[in-house]
Amino acid sequence: MLELIVISTLNGVLYGMLLFLMASGLTVIFSMLGVLNFAHASFYMLGAFFGFQISRWFGFWPALILAPLLAGALGAAVERYGLRHVHKNGHVAELLFTFGLAFAIEEIVQIIWGKSPVDFRVPPLLDFPAFTLFSTNYPAFKIFMLVVSIVIFIGLLVVLKRTRIGLIVQAALTHPHMVGHLGHNVGRIFMLVFGVGTALAAVAGVIAGPALVTQSNMAGLLGPILFVVVVVGGLGSLPGAFIASLLIGLVQTFAVSMNGSLAGAFGPLSPDYAATWLSDIWNVTVAQIAPIMPYLLLVLILIFRPMGLLGTRDT
Amino acid sequence: MSDATAKIPATIAPPRPAASDRLKFYGIWIAAALALLVLPKLFSSGGSLTTFSLIGISIIFSLSYNILLGQTGMLSFGHAVYYGLGGFLAIHAINIIARNKFAIPLPLVPLVGGAAGLVFAMLLGWVSTRRSGTAFAMISLGVAELVASSALILRTFFGGEAGVSANRTKVLRLFDWSFGPQIQIYYLVAAWTLIAVIAMYALTRTPLGRMCNAVRDNPERVQFVGYDPHIIRYIAFCFSGLFAGIAGALAAINFEIANSAYLGAVQSGTVLFATYIGGVGFFIGPIVGAIFVTLLSLGLSDLTQVWQLYFGLIFIAVVMFAPGGITGLLMMHRPLLKAGTLGQVLPSYLVAFIPTLAMITGLMLGIETIVHFTVNPGEDSHIKAFGIPFDAANPAIWVVAAVLLIGGFMIARRTWARVAASWDDALTTAREKGVAA
Repeated sequence: MLELIVISTLNGVLYGMLLFLMASGLTVIFSMLGVLNFAHASFYMLGAFFGFQISRWFGFWPALILAPLLAGALGAAVERYGLRHVHKNGHVAELLFTFGLAFAIEEIVQIIWGKSPVDFRVPPLLDFPAFTLFSTNYPAFKIFMLVVSIVIFIGLLVVLKRTRIGLIVQAALTHPHMVGHLGHNVGRIFMLVFGVGTALAAVAGVIAGPALVTQSNMAGLLGPILFVVVVVGGLGSLPGAFIASLLIGLVQTFAVSMNGSLAGAFGPLSPDYAATWLSDIWNVTVAQIAPIMPYLLLVLILIFRPMGLLGTRDT
Repeated sequence: MSDATAKIPATIAPPRPAASDRLKFYGIWIAAALALLVLPKLFSSGGSLTTFSLIGISIIFSLSYNILLGQTGMLSFGHAVYYGLGGFLAIHAINIIARNKFAIPLPLVPLVGGAAGLVFAMLLGWVSTRRSGTAFAMISLGVAELVASSALILRTFFGGEAGVSANRTKVLRLFDWSFGPQIQIYYLVAAWTLIAVIAMYALTRTPLGRMCNAVRDNPERVQFVGYDPHIIRYIAFCFSGLFAGIAGALAAINFEIANSAYLGAVQSGTVLFATYIGGVGFFIGPIVGAIFVTLLSLGLSDLTQVWQLYFGLIFIAVVMFAPGGITGLLMMHRPLLKAGTLGQVLPSYLVAFIPTLAMITGLMLGIETIVHFTVNPGEDSHIKAFGIPFDAANPAIWVVAAVLLIGGFMIARRTWARVAASWDDALTTAREKGVAA
């Protein structure tokens, strides 16, 4: 039991930190540009596939640097040549643009790398068990993932709190128009923020690619969960996104490792309706409903706290 | 004083439409009904009947979606939930009716689907319509994922991966119609399409329809007038779910199966594409979009392997360059047509058309060549895309594609600037002639 709790907590925190790597970029982009980037998870996927391709040519370590740079440059180009033109048509058009982009990126990835998973392996340098905890080997690569995401998290915190550009970004979170009035080149800041945000998502892709499955549907699987994170945390709130990321990471990881079901808990009662079409609900295990946990959480949050955990803005 | 109060009712009520206007108004619907009746006589092959049925279903679904997006300003990423649940309930209804020999004919089954769509929209809509804008979009996505994933867990009801099937010919027969042949299904779909389109058009003319537009344009002011935007969004959402359920039921009847793909993200994306490409600003827009997208998805899939990529690119192009959709583009020309200045812009269109076509051809050539090397690398390099054969292994193809793409882009940019200039001139002339833009 203790083993389960420790390992699940480690995995949950790891998953949560990965989610936050993406959600942080998404939140900052949303706060500044007012557009929820539907294609954000697609840049995570691009990061994974770029990482796979570059690590084939040059090895994993160059890929860890180059793939996010490449994806970030693509993101900046998308903002400069796509989003900026759509901006005049309103937020719905911007959201739809990123939706179409997500669709197109998935198709392009399928054309280039195919529909089946690619063989993206953990680099040999990190391919060993880091430590053994109650008979479970914990892989070093997962520790590496955790370290990378924590380092980036601290780096992001320092940049946001201690540098001039961070100050402007912070100001733009709450008073986007005022920042423009103060004479900052809002266009360039937007491009930069979009580029950095997508690059962060790509970092998550490169480090998650070998541990999870690198496949053309990975954006479609993760994207909705990412939006759940930002809505549950409160749209536009970075601390909210952090809490929600960890929460969803932990909830999903713990749910996967549990085998209980209603039948298991109340088995001896065995009411009559358990044999009808409700038997699915009666017999389903917690592990089986793990994928829908984030969405259940979303509905609960919406009922009891529509603004999200730490949200203040309504749009 | 008493004079003024006596006059008020007369000024509030709009004038009765003239007989000719009324004839024009009802004439459109009668013409549409006649066209639907005659259509299978003109194109009687099985394939075209199936296509018409799919278009009819898609029209109802897209129009129901436009109640949300176009009329109430709610961008939903999960509209297929109500379509799919309507479809599942309809399939189960057919099975139950057939098993118990209830006296319910097949044409009434879409009502079951509509009721299912309505009930689930009432259940799920209350939470999701609390917020509008981006938050609503994300919530609709989350709810859609919730329902789609639950469908795979509740296997008894949703039939797991395989879905649930039914036999539509086993229910009570009216006038000896078995609903086996596609022609009978076509008439069933056509009748329901006409009913649903009229009902949804009527909805836009009610006070509720007007309040929906008000909520879309200025929710704050709606609150000042004394309405609750949440309630109005909720009611619009319920109506939208009702018609989506009808569309889903018709689809289930057409295919005699309902599976989890009905509820999925792809279905939600397709209806969004159809509605937006058609144009959300006009009632007719989603109808045009449904016809266009259905024909395109059927036609393109024969011509190229990667039709979905083209589909996405078309959508991005519409969002970027024609946010009003196809109908928006066409309707832009109405003031010019009225003022008779349309002739001024047409030559510049023709000039812009050639480099744009070259650019698109270059793009398609590039895509098809890349597809040849990545998707089917081992096959013969003499491939055929859009009916045109060429040799993908020939290095000249790359040069041609690049020249067409880059050259076309450079020239197209200039010519479109000229289109804009001549467009401005024509519109100014039209305004001087007193035609409202």
